[in-house]
Amino acid sequence: MSTKVIHALYDDDDVLLSAVKEIRSAKHHIEEVYTPFPVHGLDKALGLEDTRIAIMAFIYGCIGLAVAIAMMNFIMIEDWPQNIGGKPSFSYLENMPAFVPIMFEMTVFFAAHLMVITFYMRSKLWPFKKAENPNPLTTDDKFLVEIELHDNEKELKALLKKSGAIDISIVEKQE
Amino acid sequence: MMYTFSNRLRNLAIAFMAIGFLGLVYGFFTAPKTIEEAKAIVAASAHGDEHGASHDDASAEALHDTTDAHATDASHGPHAAEQEGHEMSHDEHVFHQLSNKPWAALYVAAFFFFMIALGTLAFYAIQRAAQAGWSPVLYRVMEGITAYLLPGGLIVIAILILSSMHFNHLFIWMDPEVVAHDKLIAGKTGFLNTPFFLIRAFIFLTGWTLYRYFSRKFSLAQDDSKDISNHKKNFRISAGFLVFYIVTESMMSWDWIMSIDPHWFSTLFGWYVFASMFVSGITTIALITIYLKSKGYLEFVNDSHIHDLGKFMFAISIFWTYLWFSQFMLIWYSNIPEEVTYFITRIEDYNLPFFGMVAMNFIFPLLILMNSDYKRVNYFIIMAGIVILLGHYMDVFNMIMPSAVGDQWFIGAAEIGGFLFFLGLFIFIVFTEITKAPLLAKGDPYMGESERFHY
Repeated sequence: MSTKVIHALYDDDDVLLSAVKEIRSAKHHIEEVYTPFPVHGLDKALGLEDTRIAIMAFIYGCIGLAVAIAMMNFIMIEDWPQNIGGKPSFSYLENMPAFVPIMFEMTVFFAAHLMVITFYMRSKLWPFKKAENPNPLTTDDKFLVEIELHDNEKELKALLKKSGAIDISIVEKQE
Repeated sequence: MMYTFSNRLRNLAIAFMAIGFLGLVYGFFTAPKTIEEAKAIVAASAHGDEHGASHDDASAEALHDTTDAHATDASHGPHAAEQEGHEMSHDEHVFHQLSNKPWAALYVAAFFFFMIALGTLAFYAIQRAAQAGWSPVLYRVMEGITAYLLPGGLIVIAILILSSMHFNHLFIWMDPEVVAHDKLIAGKTGFLNTPFFLIRAFIFLTGWTLYRYFSRKFSLAQDDSKDISNHKKNFRISAGFLVFYIVTESMMSWDWIMSIDPHWFSTLFGWYVFASMFVSGITTIALITIYLKSKGYLEFVNDSHIHDLGKFMFAISIFWTYLWFSQFMLIWYSNIPEEVTYFITRIEDYNLPFFGMVAMNFIFPLLILMNSDYKRVNYFIIMAGIVILLGHYMDVFNMIMPSAVGDQWFIGAAEIGGFLFFLGLFIFIVFTEITKAPLLAKGDPYMGESERFHY
């Protein structure tokens, strides 16, 4: 099945932002926007749902903290207690200040890495994946808005022209 | 739009001052005047403890009494005379601690509120020097808070002068008798001597006050000015002030706080005190802004400004904890007697305030302010802010009390009175200053950006 979509190209992020607001207030559904860099406020203008990555980051951080506690307890207390600087190595709690930097680093490490992996999976990105962006200019300095067509070509073209698009094209999209 | 100081708030401030003053007077009045009185106070509290224990088991008390009697008998041995001598010096020590207590309570509260004004001044100077676009709507609130700098600083210096005149024993290195018997302090007299100490204090306060005076002047002049020359002048003096500030703030923290423990030193102490005053200042800006907004002023301040202040409260709370822990861990790990005694007294005698402070200054704001949306809810900012401010009062308390009064601390009339008195004075001076100028610094070139600021 193929659908007809309209591609509008913009050359400025501020223009893009106001264009997106205009298109949405004219009750058109924007399929996707391709940008060379994250545009501040675009998610709100598009009416996208809030990301849930923050709560995942918190959970990942907690996992990292727990792993660090278990790891240091095993390494330094249970498996091979070592006397470093005369500190009591038979009690986790009494030796805890020495482990705080490790606990902190593991929290950050887990939160950061698992967050990136989550982001890749959520965005369906993996090695050797074919790029989805329809126009290579969006990897340089142009912004592209994709809107599905429902026999309203003329009206949309006029609207997009008015909103500051520098180029408008109609594409058959294969799915 | 001009702010009018409501009668209710003014009366509240005056009531705080009056109650606080009574508490302080009571604290000073009940402090022991002689060693005998000090002994009586300690005996009374010890008796109270024993009484409480006797409720559990009457027979245990009887047993306890006999052991006590044996202990007393034993002390009449050959070392009795030596024991007596030790007892005397111990009693004298406790007497000094107890007579220090109201002074220390006064000093902790005076320094805490002064530190809020100084921290706010640093935050203000950073906004000016960075030419921040988001914060100009808050300039008048910050300028109001920094009005407390001069009176608050003069009160702190007055207490320092009274200490140097031996009205109290907060700074033991000021006592020539102590220095004569103490090699470590004697080696520091080149820096730690009373005249140089007071000269430094005046230099610090003069520099801070001059910056505050001129930046306020230029800020007001900018309101009706046609060009931005005043803004540029403010930018220049702010950058200069920040250099002066970070050096003098650090020295101030050695002088006014660290020298209470003249044997102990920590190289990051200046940063530690800075983090404490910075987060207290930012929190106070947020609380006063939200208060003024709730009274219908500052209509140009939106959620995003509060959100940014909340981010700063969150971030600097974590920064404070980082420094608190860094200072603790290095000293704990190396375990050098003259260093580690600082934390041993705090953990043994001040366990609850010492670790309670970490809960209030770190864990609570961390959990409450972590969520982005909560930073836009005034209720959460107020709740976190009050806990942070009380937590940093405890921080100052923990920095000063252990060396001043040892294990003889409690939160009594003098502590609460001192806090309320300076709280009242702070509210009175700050809100009086806020009435003196329009709440919108309308001539600021970044005002438009600040008013449109959104996250």
